[in-house]
Amino acid sequence: MKLDINGATSEVEAPADMPLLWVLRDLLHLTGTKYGCGIAQCGACTVHVDGRPLRSCVTPVGAVGGRKITTIEGLSADGSHPVQRAWAELDVVQCGYCQSGQIMSAAALLAAEPNPSDAAIDAALTGNLCRCGTYQRIRAAVHRAAELGSTGSSS
Amino acid sequence: MNDFALSRRDFLTASALIGGLVIAFFIPAARRFAHAQPAPAKLPAPNAFLRIGADDQITVMIAHSEMGQGIWTALPMLIAEELDADWGRIRVEHAPAAPAYAHTVFGLQMTGGSTSTWSEFDRYRQAGALARALLVSAAAQRFGVSATDCRTQNGVVICGEKRARYGELAEAAAKLEAPRSVALREPKDWKVIGKPTRRLDTPEKTTGRAQFGIDVQFDGLLTAVVARSPVFGGKVKSYDATKARAVPGVRDVVQVPSGIAVVADHFWAAKLGRDALAVEWDPGLGVDFDSTTQWDEFRRLAGTRGAVAARAGDAAAALKRATKVLEAEYTVPYLAHATMEPLNCAVRIGTDKCETWTGTQFQGIDQQVAAGITGLKPGQIEIHTPFLGGGFGRRATPTSDFVNEAVHVAKAAGKPVKTVWTREDDTRGGYYRPAYLHRLRVGVGADGLPMAWAHTLVGQSILVGTPFEPMMVKDGVDATSVEGVSDSPYMKEIRNHRVDLHSPRTVVPVLWWRSVGHSHTAFVMESMIDELAASAARDPVEYRRALLKQHPRHLGVLNLAAKKSGWDAKLPAGRARGIAVHESFGSWLAQVAEVSIEGGRIRVHRVVCAIDCGVAINPAGVVAQVEGGVAFGLGAALHSRMDVREGRPQQSNFHDYRVLRLDEMPAVEVHIVPSTERPGGVGEPGVPPIAPAVANAVFALTGQRLRDLPLAPAS
Repeated sequence: MKLDINGATSEVEAPADMPLLWVLRDLLHLTGTKYGCGIAQCGACTVHVDGRPLRSCVTPVGAVGGRKITTIEGLSADGSHPVQRAWAELDVVQCGYCQSGQIMSAAALLAAEPNPSDAAIDAALTGNLCRCGTYQRIRAAVHRAAELGSTGSSS
Repeated sequence: MNDFALSRRDFLTASALIGGLVIAFFIPAARRFAHAQPAPAKLPAPNAFLRIGADDQITVMIAHSEMGQGIWTALPMLIAEELDADWGRIRVEHAPAAPAYAHTVFGLQMTGGSTSTWSEFDRYRQAGALARALLVSAAAQRFGVSATDCRTQNGVVICGEKRARYGELAEAAAKLEAPRSVALREPKDWKVIGKPTRRLDTPEKTTGRAQFGIDVQFDGLLTAVVARSPVFGGKVKSYDATKARAVPGVRDVVQVPSGIAVVADHFWAAKLGRDALAVEWDPGLGVDFDSTTQWDEFRRLAGTRGAVAARAGDAAAALKRATKVLEAEYTVPYLAHATMEPLNCAVRIGTDKCETWTGTQFQGIDQQVAAGITGLKPGQIEIHTPFLGGGFGRRATPTSDFVNEAVHVAKAAGKPVKTVWTREDDTRGGYYRPAYLHRLRVGVGADGLPMAWAHTLVGQSILVGTPFEPMMVKDGVDATSVEGVSDSPYMKEIRNHRVDLHSPRTVVPVLWWRSVGHSHTAFVMESMIDELAASAARDPVEYRRALLKQHPRHLGVLNLAAKKSGWDAKLPAGRARGIAVHESFGSWLAQVAEVSIEGGRIRVHRVVCAIDCGVAINPAGVVAQVEGGVAFGLGAALHSRMDVREGRPQQSNFHDYRVLRLDEMPAVEVHIVPSTERPGGVGEPGVPPIAPAVANAVFALTGQRLRDLPLAPAS
């Protein structure tokens, strides 16, 4: 099966019903996308498919053939995406495990809505759990990322 | 200057390491997991805790695990303070498991109890000071001047016009004899300590490059998912692996003491294989256990005398003299830690060594456990510690349960295996914060203040039956069961008091959960004080002030939080404030929560926190930890509970084991009390006050006193 991941074509052998998450992590060694729950309840596995945020833990790889997939590794070449810069400025991370998913959800939100309201941020990111409790900074960092410039389309 | 004599042992350690440091602390690239940065070339280094390369790179080895609490930044700050290092050239690594990295108080390599920063306050500063002294000596020799004529700045030794970078001096410095004592800077001269400093681990954690235990991959590493007994304490009776073995990618099915492991090429195959297993379990006695009916037994026990945890005067007699007696019963449920990274551990067993890769808080115990299983010596167990995707105590089991199991799996499979727990496995895996019942009878005098306090706690001991029992369980009292009650500042002011403890044993494994005993004792004590204030028709802040006169650090945070929250200012209709103040882990916290109730649900809008943690080494880290503590504690206060029926944990994943979500996060403000006292802990103290602050606010709003967690207001 051919997959378009982070702007390059990857060839994988996987059953069509294998979740994209495990294809990314265990077959393609893109471990930035995290496993948290396996049932789309925590958002740690969020990637972009054709620019939209998707929970890769419940997305069969067979459903994304030929579509553009972006993972945290492909969001920017050097951590310079406005969301990543805002996260650094506001010192958001703690353990960091959920942050790939948080950042991907935030980037997708900003791509769709360059200047989101608090309510829009809550709606877009409430599906992303963080046990360290970095939520307040995440909210502030999304606003900061909006200021840092339109995200453009990352995927 | 404070002269710190290096003890003979420290000194020998230091000089031995100067000679042999490269060997002791250099980890060859081949032994590192995939994707890790290539190991730096051989570097001379002044001591065990940092190495300085010819390229000026300063590598700090941290003896504690980074699990979000910011030790990756705070410990390098301590070194940088004394070393005059160029902050931009510092990189950080987790130390391997070795005696040199044992906890300075507990004597075991570990992370927990909010101790990492204060327990390393001297050692890491000494390491920095020692390195600086050696670099200055090397520079003085090179310049042909006296060391006292040299100064240091930003990674450079300077003497008049002469300058030498630390990297240029490192090799020569490593050959010098270590001084017998080093001087540490006076607080007034600190440039790094006390300066809000951003985290050093942000670049890897915002790009997906950060390596957690679950991310470890190398050639030949297989993945296992284990079928464990659905009932606590159950055992495998028989199993049929035919269908599991037929799943593509499954390589092996092996029995281990905790269950049946399906070993496969990758997680997904292992999980499908596990799902296809047919296992017959002998559930054992655990099937008789029910966490709901357990309350009946707890209540029965609460009516009897227990082990005495604290006693002064005669509480029973004083209660008879009281003007009024308030009685109350509080309960808190079992709680899972629910770290975002589910448990996992990769293991490779060779003939002369065994390696583990896992996010662990207990390297010292992991080493002993792995040695016991493999028949190797503890020194032959090489522990690699990637980042921890949260810890909260779950990665510090006295049995190293998840490491123990993973070593058994790798041993039985005869191959390197990473054992990964699904979220359901993790949630149902036990090692919960124990459920507790508190029963109180408090006698009040004519002045409205408590004059007799009888308090009985019923709940499982975390430490009985563990290696920590001899140290921390005295006369039947596990100190972690009663911390926050028996040593409460209120109790000290009440001449007649008695604290009884019952520690029933059950099949449910229990463990410390961020803030340990304080996670329930603060809820009970601060709610009860609020009940007393209400009963006396006094303002909750003013009432606490009256009780805490002799406790200046409690008073300090109480007053600061009250002031910053605008305690006396009127709120819009439908909103109310509640306050709580609690000391834990060497720090004092007060929180004011502002709440409303919308559609029967408690909504927390704002939480104003005041913390006195002594010297705040990294104020930015302190603020982050308190914010996070509020979120962690608030999720438990509003939502989380583990129920066990017929020995089976009922909740399984984030849809039914609920934790705080972003849309429920209040605006949290953190104010730090300036202090020159020795540092306290900050990872945990933010958690305990939030549940009572919210419960007290709900009382102020509705008149309902909520005495059970999670809080459930009647609509």
